[in-house]
Amino acid sequence: MTTMTIAKAINEGLRATLSRNPKSLLMGEDIGPLGGVYRVTDGLIGEFGPDRVVDTPLAESGIIGTAIGLALRGYRPVCEIQFDGFVFPGFNQITTQLAKMHARSNGNLTVPVVIRIPYGGGIGSVEHHSESPEALFAHTAGLRIITPSNPHDAYWMIQQAVECQDPVIVFEPKRRYWLKGDVDIESPGPSGDPFKAHVLRSGTDATVVAYGPLVPVALAAANAAAEDGRSVEVIDLRSISPIDFDTVTASVQKTGRLIVAHEAPTFGGIGGEIAARISERAFHSLEAPVIRVGGFHMPYPVAKVEEDYLPDIDRILEALDRALSY
Amino acid sequence: MGAHLPATEFDGTAVDDQREADAEAVMGEPPAQMVQLLGPDGKLGLDPVFTPYAEKISPEALRGLYADMAAIRRFDVEATALQRQGQLALWVPLTGQEAAQIGSGRASQPQDYIFPTYREHGVALTRNVDLAELLRQFRGVSNGGWNPKDTNFHLYTLVLAAQTLHAVGYAMGIQRDQKLAGASGTPDTGQDAAVIAYFGDGASSEGDVHESMVFASSYNAPVVFFCQNNHWAISVPTNVQTRVPLSNRAKGYGFPGIRVDGNDVIAVHAVTEWALEHARQGKGPVLIEAFTYRVGAHTTADDPTKYRQSAEEDAWRAKDPLARVEKYLRSEGLADDGFFAKVKADGDELAAYVRRTTHDLETPDIRSAFANTYAEAHPLVAEELAWFEEYAAGFAGEEPAAAASGQPAAKAGH
Repeated sequence: MTTMTIAKAINEGLRATLSRNPKSLLMGEDIGPLGGVYRVTDGLIGEFGPDRVVDTPLAESGIIGTAIGLALRGYRPVCEIQFDGFVFPGFNQITTQLAKMHARSNGNLTVPVVIRIPYGGGIGSVEHHSESPEALFAHTAGLRIITPSNPHDAYWMIQQAVECQDPVIVFEPKRRYWLKGDVDIESPGPSGDPFKAHVLRSGTDATVVAYGPLVPVALAAANAAAEDGRSVEVIDLRSISPIDFDTVTASVQKTGRLIVAHEAPTFGGIGGEIAARISERAFHSLEAPVIRVGGFHMPYPVAKVEEDYLPDIDRILEALDRALSY
Repeated sequence: MGAHLPATEFDGTAVDDQREADAEAVMGEPPAQMVQLLGPDGKLGLDPVFTPYAEKISPEALRGLYADMAAIRRFDVEATALQRQGQLALWVPLTGQEAAQIGSGRASQPQDYIFPTYREHGVALTRNVDLAELLRQFRGVSNGGWNPKDTNFHLYTLVLAAQTLHAVGYAMGIQRDQKLAGASGTPDTGQDAAVIAYFGDGASSEGDVHESMVFASSYNAPVVFFCQNNHWAISVPTNVQTRVPLSNRAKGYGFPGIRVDGNDVIAVHAVTEWALEHARQGKGPVLIEAFTYRVGAHTTADDPTKYRQSAEEDAWRAKDPLARVEKYLRSEGLADDGFFAKVKADGDELAAYVRRTTHDLETPDIRSAFANTYAEAHPLVAEELAWFEEYAAGFAGEEPAAAASGQPAAKAGH
């Protein structure tokens, strides 16, 4: 076991990938000598050179589009998008080209491109730097979307993403980049499948599903609830597409109550999808409506008021009260 | 470079003249010079750079280029007819652009990789794509009827210009393959490959063209940008897309840009071969603007009479790419009536084959769409497929037309 931050764990995961697979390469803005704006690629250009750690022109469609071409030639590009809100110039390439290439070629072509996107708020930044656009991508068939919440998962999930034959978007919880934790670099252990959810804490009264930056918040809320004698089960979803509904369903069948928390706006979000599916799969187990905790239907607000926007422990506890009131 | 032809885009309206004067003032030289070797009169001219490339085209090869152009024109007629008869949902005709497509496609090598847009049926022919397979997309039975790995001819891309970035990325992969092969000392067949990215005057306005040229320039990628300026982006003329000749834009990216007479198959072949050689030698990208004309409609759903004059079409018909080659071959005694009769018969045979095959193109089972959405197993796809199977099974024994899905259970075994 080694202790490291999430940022360092991704860095080490990328290093392991670059060492193992000569066809893998990193592409993005400022990822070379600077090491990326979050230093996630720190030191890699020195080890692997500019052909494999590619500082690109400042053009997101160009990054994704050329990555598709490289993948068609047999390469494994890992693209870094500098901030969540800047993925949209590349949105066309991701949704009309990358996601569909395997299907429209009748399975003849694969495009194993990985796109890393730091996402979420809580860092007091300017606009377009704090968004959670995962639902926009989850709606697109052909993409896979994962999001680690701890260093061990971060280390393994980035490598698993590169090995996957399908395009994978890795949403990285940017305000947790400096969260430390143990990483077993010898074995993924229970993290062998990046598309499976993990039950982080067992409980009997209600289930809280969270992912990425809100996982520590959900755990803290469960701890607070425990002081009031409430037993809350916490699930780290880990994969947003596909969603491991089996794990969520099994939990709800036990607890009878479900709260889904994410930073993204609730309207049209992942929480709504989970609520709908669980109502179909576990209707007779539910003691209360599925309750969503998330962002409001507004552009991500200015930094000085983002604390009022972001779900926190109290917002989750309030939802828990409502669920338990039925 | 090359023969200096009138610079007019549209034969001299005041607006065009002003734009050209502006362009000349900015660039300090006549804005449009066009390489032409074989003129509409069937006379072969000289060019200091490209004539040596043209001289490599043997009489037999030139007869082949003519035969290819005639074949793809005949195919175009047949596909249009198939659409009119309800056998195709849509057709995208290429008539008028045969020389641009055949000339450039025949200049490519097997190891090269081609990224077409959606009108490059002539290039497809040169890459040995089965033309009946090409119709799958337009019959609605596939979004890509051929395996690009077989011919190095990529699927058609309908989102304009998206493929230009794929082309540059692919070329960046070739560069890395060369380094990997060099490092390991193993000969890598195909490492001298180059890439051609096709697009049109309309797509030239898309941001992806700009980004692809920036990336190609930054990394010196072995890619040839082949822009067919056919003068009309559906109903919008080229001078709405640009106020300088498109070939001049290459200057801004720092690589050569050449306007070639896109109706001159000899010049197109020569210029493309030169450009591919340039790319292969590690000298970086080239932009070729093939100055041509879409004689027909944008698609079978289009009506050009609403936006352009027939006189303009007539003027371009006088520059027909096939007629000038026929004149040349006949005047030089390189082909006789027998040759042209054979070309016509071969074209009719191709058309008959395409018609016959189109009727037989089988409708896929929607299960193949479930199977091909992801390369690896996916629980949601599996769950929805299982639901569909159960649903479809409920129609077992009914007449196919009774099935609500359009994919009746009776077809399940196909």
